[in-house]
Amino acid sequence: MVQAIHDGLREAMRADPNVVVLGEDVGRLGGVFRVTQGLEVEFGHERVIDTPLSESGIVGAALGMAMMGLRPVVEIQFADFVWPAIDQIISEVSKYRYRTGGEWTAPMVIRMPYGGGIKGGHFHSQSPESIFVHTAGLKVVAPSNPYDAKGLLLEAIRDPDPVVFLEPKRVYRAVKMDVPEGVYEVPLSRASVVREGKDVTCIAWGAMLYEALTAALQASEQGVEVEVLDLRTLWPLDLEAVLASVKKTGRVVVVHEAPRACGFGAELVALVNEHAFLHLAAPPRRVTGFDTPFPYTLENEYLPLAHRILPALLESARY
Amino acid sequence: MSSIHVTARNLDLDDPGLVRVLDGEGNLLDASRDPKLSDAEVLAIHRTMVNTRVLDVAMEKLQRQGRIAFHVSSLGEEAAIVAAAAALDATDWIVPCYREIGALFHRGYALSAYLDLMFGNADDVAHGRQMPEHSTCRALRYASVSAPIGTQIPHAVGMAYALKLRRQQEIAAVFFGEGATSSNDFHAGLNFAGVWKAPVVFLCRNNRWAISLPSEEQTASTHFADKAAAYGIPGVRCDGNDVLAVHTVVREARARALRGEGPTLVELMTYRRSGHSTSDDPSIYREAEEVASFASVDPLVRMDAYLARRGLWDAEREATAKAEFEAALRAAIAAAEAKPKPDLETMFDGVFESRPAHLEAQYRELVRGPRAPSVG
Repeated sequence: MVQAIHDGLREAMRADPNVVVLGEDVGRLGGVFRVTQGLEVEFGHERVIDTPLSESGIVGAALGMAMMGLRPVVEIQFADFVWPAIDQIISEVSKYRYRTGGEWTAPMVIRMPYGGGIKGGHFHSQSPESIFVHTAGLKVVAPSNPYDAKGLLLEAIRDPDPVVFLEPKRVYRAVKMDVPEGVYEVPLSRASVVREGKDVTCIAWGAMLYEALTAALQASEQGVEVEVLDLRTLWPLDLEAVLASVKKTGRVVVVHEAPRACGFGAELVALVNEHAFLHLAAPPRRVTGFDTPFPYTLENEYLPLAHRILPALLESARY
Repeated sequence: MSSIHVTARNLDLDDPGLVRVLDGEGNLLDASRDPKLSDAEVLAIHRTMVNTRVLDVAMEKLQRQGRIAFHVSSLGEEAAIVAAAAALDATDWIVPCYREIGALFHRGYALSAYLDLMFGNADDVAHGRQMPEHSTCRALRYASVSAPIGTQIPHAVGMAYALKLRRQQEIAAVFFGEGATSSNDFHAGLNFAGVWKAPVVFLCRNNRWAISLPSEEQTASTHFADKAAAYGIPGVRCDGNDVLAVHTVVREARARALRGEGPTLVELMTYRRSGHSTSDDPSIYREAEEVASFASVDPLVRMDAYLARRGLWDAEREATAKAEFEAALRAAIAAAEAKPKPDLETMFDGVFESRPAHLEAQYRELVRGPRAPSVG
């Protein structure tokens, strides 16, 4: 996935001289995950900018660039380090179009590696997606595989509004697949059915998609056929795809790494209840991180891995 | 490697504004700033510096073997860290960044406590909740390490304010790297401290590199210490690889804070000879020649020379002490590695003082369900 995102950035920069990349260590180091490796050599340090160590400075300056017609792609080193920039994102980036009647806009992408499973402890593991979904004016993307990552990134860079682009770092080097060269599109706000099934719908994104698929395979061995939906874009949501699947199966299990309380699963379950209540044959379920800070030693107990998803799928199917 | 444009730099030893006491060969340059440490004090600082370096080698090896996940080295910065800690009183409060384990060891931190943290085992004071190197020790007045940059700076200011309010003859000393001077919290912290005349000493370890960003690209100020002027507080630059200079400058800043005259920003000129952490590969962004050029101003080499000039160098005692520490370290590693993981319950404790109903329910849910596959 690292290579696919790199390709996407390179294609975007080749296609549009207004695209600039900025962040901590993105230039000569190529980013701590090497996503931007080599971009400074090809495009120069004026378009691949090693910034001082200030997330609010990075995002605030990127907003100014976007207001002047550039297409900044920000790298926040870890999603866990975005908080100094949160005032810029919530107060400024997300509202600039709205509060100026569209006189000014903020087309930019804020990339950040997120999620656990790499022994990163409190500060290199968190999943902040629901904060961004909750902030009106932001689009929120979370690809699960290299193909989608590149296609969605190209779309996000072209999008006229700010996009928070969450990269599941557990997938960065763990998942490999052939990705086409050049430019192609994966549209925003389109979910993908990655496994069809008639009994239970399982909704996931990012690294947890693979856990959902593993659990679905195990459920199938016990006679329960799970339909697995990869949301790909969290917001604006592909509600149609969610409802189509839930209406088919009548059962839904949402999986996410973030804590349960006010996690994105809460919104999904509420939407399902509002729009498909009479189709439900079992209460919707959430398999999530716990309402604790993200732990270090016990991270595999914290994460909603397949061993915790499987019982939820079976219990839902047999309710 | 055309992206590398940084060439070998020095510690600005020729800058007249730099406080220096020892030269490169361990001779006294400026007797007026000699902290006049006792033999025991000098030997204790030296011992901690040597032990820290031994520890760095051992931890890096454990990380490469996959036995611990992460390590941060202080190679080349031992004087800036240990001498600063030595210049504080034991009752002063240290607010660390993440590279100051030497300061904690100088206060008597137990090897077992350190290794319990490094292995995240059941005896770790934080129950394995944090990554390696994120130490804390309340008894030794050492706050907690967190990974975000600069966030600890205002904490030290608030702690100092509390000390002043209670008329305690203690100060807070906060460590950070030069990269942190770009953070929001550096500005907020120094500004508050200046207004409040808080008894705090800001210890900026200018080790020249914030991961891959050289210090010249972190600021357009000539020196990081210059930033103090904007907050109405003194800024002092000091040879951070000179144990005596660091001790003197920190001691003077401490005295000033205790006199009620407020904070001081101390810029400790040093050099990060290691990578940022075991996750870093500095060969991508800096030349080996630059790193090698700093071996000649290494703080431990100069400390060894100083000991010799004072007649305190004893090769046999050195060898014995080093061997003893290595043996203790091996034993502590074996003991910590053999300990079990923290109980599942520890994940749900400590979110609040007592466990609320929703976390009790989630704990029961976890216990009832299948266990996670063992960590790879």
